[in-house]
Amino acid sequence: MRVYAVVAAGGFRRHATYRMATMAGIFTNTVFGFIIAYTYTALWAERPDLGGYDTAQALTYVWLGQALLMTCSLMGGGFENELMERIRTGDIAIDLYRPADLQCWYLAGDLGRAAFNFLGRGVVPMTIGAFAFDLALPVSPWTWLAFLVSLALGVVVSFAVRFLVALAAFWLMDGAGVLQISFLTGLFFSGLLLPLNLFPGLLGEVARALPWSAFLQVPADVFLGERTGWDLVGALAFQAGWALVLLSTGRVLQSVATRRVVVQGG
Amino acid sequence: MVEGVRAYRLIAGMWIRSTMAYRASFAMTTLGNFLATVFDFVTIMLMFGHVDALGGYSLPETALLYGMAATAFGLADLLLGSLDRIGERVRDGTFDTLLVRPVPVLVQVAADRFALRRVGRIIQGLMVLGYALVVLDIDWTPLKVLLVPLAVVSGGAFFGAVYVGGSVVQFFAQDAAQVQNSFTYGGQTLLQYPPSVFARELVRGVTFVVPLAFVSWLPALYVLGREYPVALPEWVAFLSPLVAAGCGLLAGLAWRAGLRAYRSTGS
Repeated sequence: MRVYAVVAAGGFRRHATYRMATMAGIFTNTVFGFIIAYTYTALWAERPDLGGYDTAQALTYVWLGQALLMTCSLMGGGFENELMERIRTGDIAIDLYRPADLQCWYLAGDLGRAAFNFLGRGVVPMTIGAFAFDLALPVSPWTWLAFLVSLALGVVVSFAVRFLVALAAFWLMDGAGVLQISFLTGLFFSGLLLPLNLFPGLLGEVARALPWSAFLQVPADVFLGERTGWDLVGALAFQAGWALVLLSTGRVLQSVATRRVVVQGG
Repeated sequence: MVEGVRAYRLIAGMWIRSTMAYRASFAMTTLGNFLATVFDFVTIMLMFGHVDALGGYSLPETALLYGMAATAFGLADLLLGSLDRIGERVRDGTFDTLLVRPVPVLVQVAADRFALRRVGRIIQGLMVLGYALVVLDIDWTPLKVLLVPLAVVSGGAFFGAVYVGGSVVQFFAQDAAQVQNSFTYGGQTLLQYPPSVFARELVRGVTFVVPLAFVSWLPALYVLGREYPVALPEWVAFLSPLVAAGCGLLAGLAWRAGLRAYRSTGS
């Protein structure tokens, strides 16, 4: 267990090294936050209470999207490129004979990465957004706590999806296609472009049931106080359920894949 | 100049041939690029599923703004998109190898890893533009007919200048490629919505400070016969080529200064 804590701390520190990149990222998140916030203002001016949100909630959703973009890797990014490269080059063999489990190792690193991105690239744009716009921030400390739990679950589900994507490299020569599909589904089905409750009919129902909704839509609804009581329990169970299913699938796939590894001497 | 274009063609051609070695992968990533931009417009369509007008603009009117901005940005992204990797090259030291070759450095960086799949963005932009032009009931004059392609090409040149200017920043702040995205992707995102959506100060800023408005807002509003939120004479809509040329010149000068001041990180 201690080893994973060290790996997580390493993941945190590793991303904390890129100070200039973090500043640049904060700038970009803030710019996009402003642009999208204005378009949402126009949208909600036409239809107040669209999707069950008032204007303040809609604007909060915008800034949450920017804050969680990197935290929950909504558009991918993080360890999966590196893991794919290691699988392609055969360096994966080194990971496999470490006295630690492959999946847990990368999960720990990714949790560290997420923690840094939450503090580094989440809190600052959100604060700027709160100064510039009238946001609906939770009053009760319990809502904040529930949000943090939901956020952590979101990161785990996001990790589980990206781990599966990376493992695809064991079977594919070139992972660019899968990475791109993963990028697209994350972009659209996490609710980053538009809250999933604004998706019409069947598309909306499917989108809300898919694991990507656990990345942003569910934590955002918890933050906005849209999920309380048993509904909140249901929301967290939804996330935990997907985490469990996807992590177990990753586990099975990992053991199938590692049996395929042939280490060449040299 | 001619020499530079020839070099660009040769390097780009080489990369196209190398991508074509994996045809399935090329087809998939081109489709992916196309879809990524399609989702952009799908978002706008989903918004219009709930409202009839956004900031007083209908869906076809917004599509005109979107189509012009997306096509213009797509052109720059195809030709100069590789420039955003310059910080990486400075960091890992491979930038130095470009300096000793008898080909302009800018051409080498721009054509490096030329990605034909980026035409996906242009195709999507043109499709939305085509849809807007078919559906909209525009009172066409020869000047308006001329203005649309003129603005799109000038817009491409303007975004190109942004790419070059941004790459100069990366000489000095090597891992700040993200800032560039604010002006390129961010600029396109801004321009695909009507100007009336944004705060007056912001509109002024992107008209007079970072003249993004000349890419699509000003020309498109002239074509639509609508008033710009910031009072300006009508002929301003035709200034896009001049603005693009001016920005290009500035970016070129910045590039020269940046290259002269460049110090290798060593190995």
